[in-house]
Amino acid sequence: MDLKLKIWRQPSAHADGKFVDYQVHEISKDASFLEMLDILNEELVNKGEDPVAFDHDCREGICGMCSLFINGRPHGPDTAITTCQLHMRRFKDGETVTIEPWRAKPFPVIKDLMVDRSAFDEIIQAGGFVSIATGGVPDANAIPIRKQNADLAMDAAACIGCGACVAACKNASAMLFVSAKVSQFALLPQGKVEAKERVQMMVARMDELGFGNCTNTYACEAECPKEISVTNIARMNREFLVAKLS
Amino acid sequence: MSKFYSSVTKKIWMSFMGLFLMTFLVVHLSINLLLVFSPTTNLFNEASHFMGTNPFIQLFQWILFAGFVVHIILGLILQIENWVARPKGYRVKAISEESFFSKYMIHTGVIIFIFLAIHFVNFFLVAKGIIGEIPKTLVDGKSVDDMGALVIALFKMPYYVIGYLIALMILGFHLDHGFQSAFQSLGLNHPKYTPFVKGFGHFFAVIITVAFMSIPLIIYFIK
Repeated sequence: MDLKLKIWRQPSAHADGKFVDYQVHEISKDASFLEMLDILNEELVNKGEDPVAFDHDCREGICGMCSLFINGRPHGPDTAITTCQLHMRRFKDGETVTIEPWRAKPFPVIKDLMVDRSAFDEIIQAGGFVSIATGGVPDANAIPIRKQNADLAMDAAACIGCGACVAACKNASAMLFVSAKVSQFALLPQGKVEAKERVQMMVARMDELGFGNCTNTYACEAECPKEISVTNIARMNREFLVAKLS
Repeated sequence: MSKFYSSVTKKIWMSFMGLFLMTFLVVHLSINLLLVFSPTTNLFNEASHFMGTNPFIQLFQWILFAGFVVHIILGLILQIENWVARPKGYRVKAISEESFFSKYMIHTGVIIFIFLAIHFVNFFLVAKGIIGEIPKTLVDGKSVDDMGALVIALFKMPYYVIGYLIALMILGFHLDHGFQSAFQSLGLNHPKYTPFVKGFGHFFAVIITVAFMSIPLIIYFIK
């Protein structure tokens, strides 16, 4: 299949960027979206041009490194997958595909389609960990945990921190990410010990970094490749309110 | 602003005030409906007189006023912060699936604010004797302001009725998202009750809008 690509090109963080049109030919329907970009880059390198910079790592949908805002949606037209899991059969022959970087003040563009997502690391550093001594590995059933809570914590922990929630949100809010990280600890006994401090510290850091406010549009949930639920946001609000009041 | 109050704190206040203003809407509606369910304006005039003179209501009206101010100012601050959070937008408009009316809360909010300002001048300031003169009428031998006549006179003007209906429709859109959103912001989410809250939110938005809209329509076409 042949495609017309409109790709955001920006030489460096402080340089002005613009959309550049490219054509790719005879792309297999079975190629992944990133393989299609690899083919384009190979052609660009062969022509002596600068290849398009984009983030990627595991290409298995588990590392959270790939991004890309494709035709108006983070991670492209499919739901519950990352860009690396997106295949070209989802596009029509001759289609124009617009590829943009995540857009948010705390996610500045580094180059082309790569954005700096270290703001997420800073939020984690503010409290997304357990610092109490939990000792060695306990016996499997030594700490009783409700099955429901174990499942909810696991679902929240599935967040790979890719930033699609921020990219999709009309307010560039990071609430889904932060709430998943708050929830995965708040639901488990080891995490509960520091839950009050954690939620306040992480929310404060999120605000300082310049993410927008949540207006409950739920676009984040619709675009999350790991299907993190907005019930985590409600849980975080609840945790925050309880922490502030007590 | 984010230095003093966190985003979550602002959203919690926004929700509290939103829910508080919704209870006001229910009270307001129940009084307005007296105009339709009673053959004369006496009941409505008596209720208006009570609302305008009862000391508890007089005090509460300031709390209500504060509720409006907090909801409006916080709404504007949140919106400005949200615009700042994405200095450069996307070329292709985002097409993610999302709650439809949530995208237009600032727009519907601004229209409701304009409607509220007009409403305030047309009714509240007149009732308080600040603007214009209001005729008196006798209810049970008591002389009270004839607010019913004022409402009916305005609702006999076609353009006023059309404007009122449009504003109420917009209010319905605002409530449709606002109701369930308030519960989410307050952290009141539960697998058993949230579907009911969402359903009731839609029902509440429709019923409030339709009931408020019925009043000018009945007055214009029937009374």
